[in-house]
Amino acid sequence: MNKTWLIIKREYITRVRNKTFLLSTFLLPIVMMLFIFGSAFFALSSKEKLKTIAVINDPGMFKANLQGDTARLVFDFINTVDSTNFFAKGYDAVLNLNNDSIARKYTIHSKKQLGIDAQEMIEKKLDKAYENNQLQKKGIRKQTLDSISKIANGAFSVENRLTSEKGKSQEVNAQLNYGVGFGSGILIYITMFIFGAMVMRGVMEEKTSRIAEVMVSSVKPFQLMMGKIIGIAAVGLTQFFLWIVLVLILSTALSFFIPHDILQQASEMNKNMPVGGSSAMAMKLIDIKQTVSTVNWAQIISFFIFYFLGGYLFYASLFAAIGSVINEDPQEAQSLMLPITMPIIFAFIIMTSNLNTPDSTIMVWASMIPFTSPIVMMARIPSGVPWQQLVLSMALLIAGFWCTTWLAAKIYRTGILMYGKKANWKEMIKWAFKKS
Amino acid sequence: MNILELQNLQKYFATQKAVDDISFTIKQGSIFGLLGPNGAGKTTLLRMITGIFYPDKGNILFNGKPFDPVKDVGKIGYMPEERGLYKKMKIGEQALYLAQLKGLSKADAMQKIKAWFIKFEMESWWNKKVEDLSKGMSQKLQFVTTVLHEPELIILDEPFSGLDPVNANLIKDEIFNLAKNGSTIIFSTHRMEQVEEICGHIAIVNKGKKILDGTVPQIKNQFKENVYRLGATTAAHHLMTYIFEVIKHQPNELLLKLLHDSTPNDVLKFFINQDVAIHSFNEVLPTLNEIFIKLVEGTPEARQFETIK
Repeated sequence: MNKTWLIIKREYITRVRNKTFLLSTFLLPIVMMLFIFGSAFFALSSKEKLKTIAVINDPGMFKANLQGDTARLVFDFINTVDSTNFFAKGYDAVLNLNNDSIARKYTIHSKKQLGIDAQEMIEKKLDKAYENNQLQKKGIRKQTLDSISKIANGAFSVENRLTSEKGKSQEVNAQLNYGVGFGSGILIYITMFIFGAMVMRGVMEEKTSRIAEVMVSSVKPFQLMMGKIIGIAAVGLTQFFLWIVLVLILSTALSFFIPHDILQQASEMNKNMPVGGSSAMAMKLIDIKQTVSTVNWAQIISFFIFYFLGGYLFYASLFAAIGSVINEDPQEAQSLMLPITMPIIFAFIIMTSNLNTPDSTIMVWASMIPFTSPIVMMARIPSGVPWQQLVLSMALLIAGFWCTTWLAAKIYRTGILMYGKKANWKEMIKWAFKKS
Repeated sequence: MNILELQNLQKYFATQKAVDDISFTIKQGSIFGLLGPNGAGKTTLLRMITGIFYPDKGNILFNGKPFDPVKDVGKIGYMPEERGLYKKMKIGEQALYLAQLKGLSKADAMQKIKAWFIKFEMESWWNKKVEDLSKGMSQKLQFVTTVLHEPELIILDEPFSGLDPVNANLIKDEIFNLAKNGSTIIFSTHRMEQVEEICGHIAIVNKGKKILDGTVPQIKNQFKENVYRLGATTAAHHLMTYIFEVIKHQPNELLLKLLHDSTPNDVLKFFINQDVAIHSFNEVLPTLNEIFIKLVEGTPEARQFETIK
């Protein structure tokens, strides 16, 4: 045990002292925060431009009802403009309402592309104008309409509360759960690859530098393998801890520099846009009060640590086994790694394509099987998972990593002392099931 | 007192009988040479002695008790042929790490490392990395890490490969020193002249079996062919005799092989009777190299793969 501890210590210290570790630990959160806030700003600045649109050939029903948006869109009903001279007269585009009034398909000419956002907005405005026009035809006065729409616009909001068996209700925020689930799933996916590959490279290094035989004359191969795996897990946890601390510090610091209402505006303006998502995220990050109150962070972080460690331990020994059979040539690693990376990628695909339905059959199954459960279960947890499923999934994961470690240790033991010969899967499986 | 006793050791791999029923004993404080052509099973044998492999059959007794890898590895120092060190690790830290893995306390290890580094003039290396060292330098470091924990049994597989004569002598002197201080040394090599110089006792293995075992003089006697070298200033009148036959005829030297039951004295008498001025007469013993080649001759250079039932 004492020797395993020495190995863990060495693996941990040499890695933490490494420049790449320091760089990735401190640069990644900074880059990430800059990306989130930067894209929020970018989204904001690109939307602020006011577009003036000339409307020609109005059949009559739009003029009274087509209203622009003071900040972004102005409609000007003018008939002296056409598609050739609108730019010279100071308009961004010209909307011709005459081409095909039966199919309700109109043309808008512009010099530069309007963008999906603006186009969608114009369509919405036209819809609204048409609706108002039809309502007026049925005898509703314009003033009545205006006053109703003033009140009704954004008058309702829906809040989803979960009721547990004890009758305690809890507020949920679907959007935030989605984000947190997706984020932690992706983080587990990435870290499993990073730290799995780190284990594999470490084993390869020991083999190619020929220290493996010196080492196993002092310690058991199993101690050597576990020491490395645990040491690298500790490196991973250190990195997570530093990331969390850094993100908290950075987001508080940034929130001082960026006015809150600007971010709010940005996130509301672009709810449907991908960039809008990240500014919404930035909003949420800054609004720590709101975030903390709706998400059970303590619970999520502790499950995250469990599933990170469980998933890592499940795959790390397999990566170690692969590393032990490779000689110098990294291309061998590629082909041998495929059977291990496939389930991880598969889990990621299941998670991303079914995140909207966290309780669907495929998600439940994938969150039970240890090959996929770390990624998939982590994505489900923020939306709430029945405790029976959680217990089963965790138990299966623990059993799973005992199994893979036991099998991988046998391959590792034979592999690290083999030189010059390329092992294939058939041989490795034979080693794994050979009686010792 | 035997420090190590191997009894009918056997280790089969999927396609080879790597070690097939080998037994021998090694006395404490001796320098034992384990010889054999490539692929004879030396490395497998050494790996069983160091606890890396478990034998399929047979027993290993260490200090008279069954060998327990977990308990006894601290008393063994092994420098494998495929040796290596962590390239990116600092030399001092590396030596400390390897010593601690052998069970030394940190303070104890530090003290011993310093003593060895001074002895080998390596003090300035402490903060260097292994990748900065030349092959010979890292070989020295490897030797230090092997013997640092004062093992009772030191196993050296080709310890001189890659060393210049000066450093090879340095290591050789240390090997003698360690043996004088009570350590037992197993020395595995193909270089026969080193074996003759260093080892007291040798065993030759081939194709997984032991084919010879004994002290160097014993073995030489066993393989001697009654050849004598006679140095003389005047030539003999005739060399026709039933006492010996001439193998090699040189101006002032004759190489003679004794025939029948004749003795060296018969030879001398024969020449004295002819008034030949003899200035030297001595027995020519075969070199280990000759014995080795004779024994393993006819063995295919590479071992063939076979199916093990």
